[in-house]
Amino acid sequence: MGQTLFDKIWDRHVVKEIVGGRHVLYIDQHFIHEVTSPQAFNGLRERQLDLFRPEQIVATADHNVPTINQHLPITEPLSRKQVDALRENCAEFNVPLYDLGHQKQGIVHVIGPEQGITQPGMTIVCGDSHTSTHGAFGCVAFGIGTSQVEQVMASQCLIITKPKRMRITIDGELSLGVTAKDLVLYIIAKLSSSGGTGYFVEFAGTAVRALSMEARMTICNMSIEMGARGGLIAPDKTTFSYLQGRENAPKEDDWNNALAHWKTLYSDEAAVFDQEYSFHADDIAPMVTYGTNPGMGIAVDQYIPQTENEKALQYMNLNAGEQLLGKEIQHVFIGSCTNSRIEDLRAVAEYVKGRKKADHVSVMVVPGSKQVELQARAEGIDKILESAGFMLREPGCSACLGMNEDKIPAGEYCVSTSNRNFEGRQGPGARTILASPLTAVAAAVAGKIVDVRETVT
Amino acid sequence: MEKLTTFTSTAVPMPLAHVDTDQIIPARFLKATTREGFGDNLFRDWRYDKQNNEIEDFVLNNPIYSGKILVAGKNFGCGSSREHAAWALYDYGFRVVVSSFFADIFQANSLNNGLLPIIVSDEDLDYIFKAIEKNSEQKFIVDLPNQSFTILGHDKMIEFEIDEYKKNCLIDGQDDIDYLVSLKPEIEEFEKSHIRF
Repeated sequence: MGQTLFDKIWDRHVVKEIVGGRHVLYIDQHFIHEVTSPQAFNGLRERQLDLFRPEQIVATADHNVPTINQHLPITEPLSRKQVDALRENCAEFNVPLYDLGHQKQGIVHVIGPEQGITQPGMTIVCGDSHTSTHGAFGCVAFGIGTSQVEQVMASQCLIITKPKRMRITIDGELSLGVTAKDLVLYIIAKLSSSGGTGYFVEFAGTAVRALSMEARMTICNMSIEMGARGGLIAPDKTTFSYLQGRENAPKEDDWNNALAHWKTLYSDEAAVFDQEYSFHADDIAPMVTYGTNPGMGIAVDQYIPQTENEKALQYMNLNAGEQLLGKEIQHVFIGSCTNSRIEDLRAVAEYVKGRKKADHVSVMVVPGSKQVELQARAEGIDKILESAGFMLREPGCSACLGMNEDKIPAGEYCVSTSNRNFEGRQGPGARTILASPLTAVAAAVAGKIVDVRETVT
Repeated sequence: MEKLTTFTSTAVPMPLAHVDTDQIIPARFLKATTREGFGDNLFRDWRYDKQNNEIEDFVLNNPIYSGKILVAGKNFGCGSSREHAAWALYDYGFRVVVSSFFADIFQANSLNNGLLPIIVSDEDLDYIFKAIEKNSEQKFIVDLPNQSFTILGHDKMIEFEIDEYKKNCLIDGQDDIDYLVSLKPEIEEFEKSHIRF
């Protein structure tokens, strides 16, 4: 019997099996940030433990950092305290920190791949559910809680039950104006926000193979939004050419050895999955969400269906039978670990070139990392955005979860390229409509939700 | 972490599906650097209005319901991996959450913090909700060693699954770290043959 990609990676990292069938799983790479690490460092101190493998940890400040004037001290006292705690902890325990102002700072799931730290075949964890993003490189990457952060700090291992295997195959070609974000929102709408719970999901098929690394990251990023522990995509030429030459990627002989191993990372033809789904890319339209979980999504030209979740529609001030197409919106947020990479900003800039945002709409464009920001400025994307009435801000998680100053006011609609439309996610009372960067930028220009297929060329 | 074995308590019903961890503890309250005090902001935006007045019809503000058991709709704890959600529930006083389905990360976080997630069937969940609806003082017995959840006076005992390792951790009030640290020689041995590039 063949093995799945997931099994190949997982099994190679099992140190031992313990009572109850749990595995002691070895973790190759650990990322930390300011929000979910302080209690873990405190725990180490209380137990008088050291970091087991400090060279396998990288830290950054992203969740509650401001996205303007990052060179000034953080004004919000609690955020400042948390970022200061990260600085002190990293200094004390000797962890490399990409701090505010550092050329490598950014959202943890953007900088890992960008620096070549994220590589095929690895196990990767971080105290953040969107760690699934790294699966785009053919890794087993997943989010953990703070107690587990402490466990990995202390032992480089986790005690964990092996998830089941799911494969989602998407064949065909995405239509013009339809992006990876639409693809993943479509899948989540089909499977619901709990349809993947208990599984690790491999995304396969010709539509997935055709995607860039940035687009693959968008898909794996949102695998948690269907409840899956993580998502992954078999590495291929696209993966290898993205990685080659990046700072932390293997070099020379190591590169050749790594490549030989990476080329073995795919699901064997005879591999058996616990669950399989297939979809056709041609069926997918630009997607928008109408409710308060990411599974509540429809094609932009569809009507809001009847739902048992009346609370969600009430919160969104929407009704079943209504269309979102033409709905006036007040805010647009382009950013987050889902859609803040250079390819996303390029798509936005290309769309707004020669266009202007609607007067009543406020727009935040937040790059995923300092590298993305610098690249965007080097390409003149900042200038294009400015002429359209947008502003390119500095990197961070920003209005995806509103831990910093970037919040959406109560009762107002925000078309957001982020990953969660939960109640209050972007600020108390804020109403989030998840969409692709293209649909978001088109809404910023029109002042309402439009079908981007009619305006994109 | 307190030891958890057997106790009898009333329960608080929350018959909503897909309660995400952003509702359990909103992101703006994640700025503490310790594990304590999150209970004050448990379900903050459902519990209090903008002026910090209690919202009367929210279940935690309803004086007829109390207890160490929260009974919730399916897919409880979905979304963000924030362990603060488990800390907030524990800090508020809950020791057990009953649902027909838990999100993975929330379930792991709960087990690491002395909060027992009990999975029951959809039918049993419905039965429990109805029992509380009928009598807000309905008592339940949680018996972790025997893996049972009893609805007192109903002649109904529900058996639940939990893996042996985690069960022992909860009963002994132990977490994973001590065990992992004791494995260091084995982990070091593993590293010798584990290839990283």
